[in-house]
Amino acid sequence: MPDQITLNVFRGDPESGGEVKSYDVPTFVGMVVLDAIHSIQAHQDSSLACRWNCKAAKCGSCSAEVDGKPKLLCKTRVDEYPSGTINIGPMRAFPLVKDLVSDVSWNYRMSAKIPPLTPAPNAPMPFVMQQVDVDRVQEFRKCIECFLCQDVCHVLREHHRSDAFFGPRQMVRFAALEMHPMDTLNRREPLKGEAGIGFCNITKCCTEVCPEHIHITDNAIIPLKERVVDDYFDPVRKLIQIFVGKK
Amino acid sequence: MALKEAPLPAPQRTPRPPAPNRPSGMQRKDAWWIQPLLTALVLGGFAIYATWRTFENAHYRFGPYLSPFYSPEIVTGWKVFGWTISPALFILPFPLFFRATCYYYRKAYYRAFFWDPPACGVSEVASRRGYSGEREFPFVLQNLHRYAFYFAVIILGILWWDALLAFDFHGKIGLGVGSLIFLANVVLLSLYTFGCHAWRHLSGGCMNCFSCSGAAKTRHSLWERVTHLNENHALWAWLSLFSVVLTDLYVRGLATGAIHDIRIF
Repeated sequence: MPDQITLNVFRGDPESGGEVKSYDVPTFVGMVVLDAIHSIQAHQDSSLACRWNCKAAKCGSCSAEVDGKPKLLCKTRVDEYPSGTINIGPMRAFPLVKDLVSDVSWNYRMSAKIPPLTPAPNAPMPFVMQQVDVDRVQEFRKCIECFLCQDVCHVLREHHRSDAFFGPRQMVRFAALEMHPMDTLNRREPLKGEAGIGFCNITKCCTEVCPEHIHITDNAIIPLKERVVDDYFDPVRKLIQIFVGKK
Repeated sequence: MALKEAPLPAPQRTPRPPAPNRPSGMQRKDAWWIQPLLTALVLGGFAIYATWRTFENAHYRFGPYLSPFYSPEIVTGWKVFGWTISPALFILPFPLFFRATCYYYRKAYYRAFFWDPPACGVSEVASRRGYSGEREFPFVLQNLHRYAFYFAVIILGILWWDALLAFDFHGKIGLGVGSLIFLANVVLLSLYTFGCHAWRHLSGGCMNCFSCSGAAKTRHSLWERVTHLNENHALWAWLSLFSVVLTDLYVRGLATGAIHDIRIF
């Protein structure tokens, strides 16, 4: 790793426009990109805006794009870029606030629309779940809401269909609720409709960028698509349901 | 069921971010194009080879070996404008339907041929205004993947029978290199077919409670095994594609006299 690296950092906001500024930053062993940003703030330009909290890849705040790839700044080591030059910009799928900070509030609005866990009224309390049932949905609870999956999703990023598709993060939330053994709601109608699961074409970028290594596509989106198929695209199953009389 | 009203205004279609959010020089600089290029070359090459073999309508049987492109063996003799219709035309649509609607291949060809997207975080050259994902024809047909799976299982059963017959040399059990190739091919096809996402759902993924009954526990056990295969679905998809071509090439080579089958016993 070189003793010094050059960071090309996007600076700007929606009103005054933007530009890329270069900063030379001294390195140290184990340095991550967020360290380099902090170094700029401390020694060169305190006006550089960057959202962060834990610096341990658990709060999901420092999401940005490093050399064009959505990443957590605190989990991206500087020595992954041996050329010594790193380009850092904000997440592109969301409106810019300032410099490396994007407005991710849309994600919370969509999350608030999803009906929460709804156990049967007479369900015994407290819940007793077997480990075998916990294992599958526990993976979805690892989500730290960094929204890198939303940022990389081409439906939101390239086609700007935030009016019609909730994005991978919310699909994970749908899956956690739909597959919960105590839940009684069927969310497939809104999943197919307002949440727009049909917009996803399974290109797996959400899985590739997830810092928690959640198998978003294989374990959440595809199983949800298959559940939608159960209700809307499987004529034989429909016929069986009609004759057997059960859903 | 309608979704809850959000406590904040309803979502609007996001306008394309202003220029400051998309500065030049911030794009991916790695060789992201290698993967879609290789995929396009391999899948395109397979499509060309399969089409050629389909219309060649010859050199598909040698001794106990029957090419998977022509199995089950159908003899119709039907002609159109003097050209005998290839039996492969009646067979190949089923495995093609299975692979074309496969969740793994969808990822591969959406990236390689449709550039939708070509790679993660890479701008689509021309973002089509009318993108509808898999909601409209023809891509809405991807939802029939489980039916493709049912057909694929039938074809797979026939190929297992062919693999067994590949050990039958004039009524005596024998072993040739071809027998081993047929066996390897059908094993790889089985690993691919039974690692299918639709089968994973049908086998147990559709349930919410794995511990609620004896039947649920049995299905959970099956689901776990399918999941284990499913984790390497892409690997089995490629290996089985190559093995089908290799098996067909081997039979063609034997049938044309280009190579000779080595008998082990």
